[in-house]
Amino acid sequence: MAEESFLTDDFLRQLINVGEVDILVGLPTHNNAKTIGPIVHTIQSGILRGFPRERAVIINADGGSRDGTPELVTGISIDDVRPASNLQALRTLHSISTKYASSPASGVALRTTLAAAELLRAKACVVMSPESVSIEPEWLSKLLRPIYDDGFDLVIPTYRRHKFEGLLITNLLYPMTRALYGLRIREAYSPEFGFSGRFGSQFLGQNVWNDGTDGAGVELRFTLAAIARRYLICQSFLGEKDRIEHSGADLVPALRQTVGTMFSALETDFPVWSAVAGSQSPPTNGADHEMLLEPLRINRKRLREMFSTGVAELQSVFQSILSPSTLAELQRIAPLGDEEFHYPAELWVRTVYEFAASYQKSVISRDHIVQALAPLFRGRAFTFLMDNRNASADEVENNIEALCLEFERLKPYLLQLWKPRE
Amino acid sequence: MREMIISELSQALHEIARDFAHFLPRLIVMLILALAGWAIAYVVKAVLRSILRLIKFDKLSENAGASQLLAKAALPSATEMLSRFVFWVTWLGFILLGVRALGILGLQEQVARFFLFLPRLFVAMFILFFGLLAASFFSRAALLAAVNANVPSPRVLSLAVRTIIIVFVLSIVFEELGLAEQTMLVAFGIAFGALMLGLAIAFGMGGRDLAKRFLEKKFVRGKKEENEDELSPL
Repeated sequence: MAEESFLTDDFLRQLINVGEVDILVGLPTHNNAKTIGPIVHTIQSGILRGFPRERAVIINADGGSRDGTPELVTGISIDDVRPASNLQALRTLHSISTKYASSPASGVALRTTLAAAELLRAKACVVMSPESVSIEPEWLSKLLRPIYDDGFDLVIPTYRRHKFEGLLITNLLYPMTRALYGLRIREAYSPEFGFSGRFGSQFLGQNVWNDGTDGAGVELRFTLAAIARRYLICQSFLGEKDRIEHSGADLVPALRQTVGTMFSALETDFPVWSAVAGSQSPPTNGADHEMLLEPLRINRKRLREMFSTGVAELQSVFQSILSPSTLAELQRIAPLGDEEFHYPAELWVRTVYEFAASYQKSVISRDHIVQALAPLFRGRAFTFLMDNRNASADEVENNIEALCLEFERLKPYLLQLWKPRE
Repeated sequence: MREMIISELSQALHEIARDFAHFLPRLIVMLILALAGWAIAYVVKAVLRSILRLIKFDKLSENAGASQLLAKAALPSATEMLSRFVFWVTWLGFILLGVRALGILGLQEQVARFFLFLPRLFVAMFILFFGLLAASFFSRAALLAAVNANVPSPRVLSLAVRTIIIVFVLSIVFEELGLAEQTMLVAFGIAFGALMLGLAIAFGMGGRDLAKRFLEKKFVRGKKEENEDELSPL
């Protein structure tokens, strides 16, 4: 098996000792000692409750933790969970750990998990985030049952979020995935997801592991591959997603992981998405979204100012990426004040599509193209915040739906810009 | 006396005729070489132009910022410029070979020096082109990073990066060509030193507030900007 080659001998030995399993839980970590204990307990509890008769293993792929995270994962005994929950497992629950590198790389972590799943012939697998402190034992069943019982290949979670959390997802990733691939997946880029051994093995064999990005955004690539290859996909509502503190500087890495990955996938998936018209909702267990409306203090002014500065300072870069009409329109709105400023949906969609086409044509360095989108996204985020500051959940959802329809309506524009493969 | 003059004149004419007869075939060889050289140079130019168009050299040149420089100087595209340059170098090479065939002693040394200079010229052009490419790439990277980090005057930072790289590249190019090495070394030292001093003063004067904010953010806990929530993009 070719995929064995990158696994260490020690890890292979541990896998051989485990033997075949029914359920595999992947847990990628890097210095997560503060949160990992309760998460492993919850995972064990989830397995005991949902899958007491199945053979299960927790695979910890660690990216060089220095705080003893792997030892914590393997050291937590299932006996700690049993008395508290009054649960009994009929099989041994294994926990094994491997250090795949001295620095974290989400792609290598997922590849390690997929390779382990293939070697152990796991029927249903789930990847859990080591930072999801709000994890509940039921999450495992929600992500695994559709695969184990109903034959699905990929289970994507949906969450209860604040209306202003995940603006990159609501304003770009969700609408664009939906418009181009034709499936209304709310959280195409999620740290938690379930998948079948069948799809895991197929993805493991794909040529996506050596693109020089250390696998940033590979989870999104995983979802898009499942959609493109017509695997059975469903969504499961998990509950509230933790609010992780992100600074504004996190936007560029987030764009690389999501927008960069999606633009790159569009190239290989062109025959698929170019033939898709309209969009459909996948089967969903529970709500496909829920919104929190509590008031937040947000520095909106800073977003608009960074947009205006970006448009003014990056003119030479935008001239290479955007059409003259789009750039002229952006330059028209850039100096407007907070009250007059509005980045309309149509202009935003055109901007994103022109960025995607420029990425495909490599008009400048592809990483620079992705970075150049950051100030424009801030402008769009400002408009979204202003439009929805007093909006109810339904009104916000209607606005997101309108944006999605705009992405779908303008899809021919992207096809027109797309350079045919030579 | 008269016979002597006639004899001398006829001898002189004879010598001239002999020299001319000796020179004429060399001149013909030179003309043939020049003509053949023109044909070969023309073919090389056409082939090179096709290859450059195939590999989208103009796009590369645009990215390097060389196209903009050419446009400002009302010069043709980078592909056309390079094709013409290679044409002239090739043809000139054949012409000089022809000149060498003429057997004129003083010229032979110059011809040899020209051929020795050619590889250095190509290396210098290579360094210049990729240096411009690097200057364009890194200045754009600096501009994007500065804009996204909300650093004041991002274009000045980008221009400084571009200038430093171009000055550095030009000094290497001149050194490679062997042109005014000492002058270039001194000029480079002065220009680079002045630039660094200027930047140090500019950052020192203009960056006080920035440094203060940075240090406060880094070391003074609990003073989060306006106590506002940061939005997670994902």
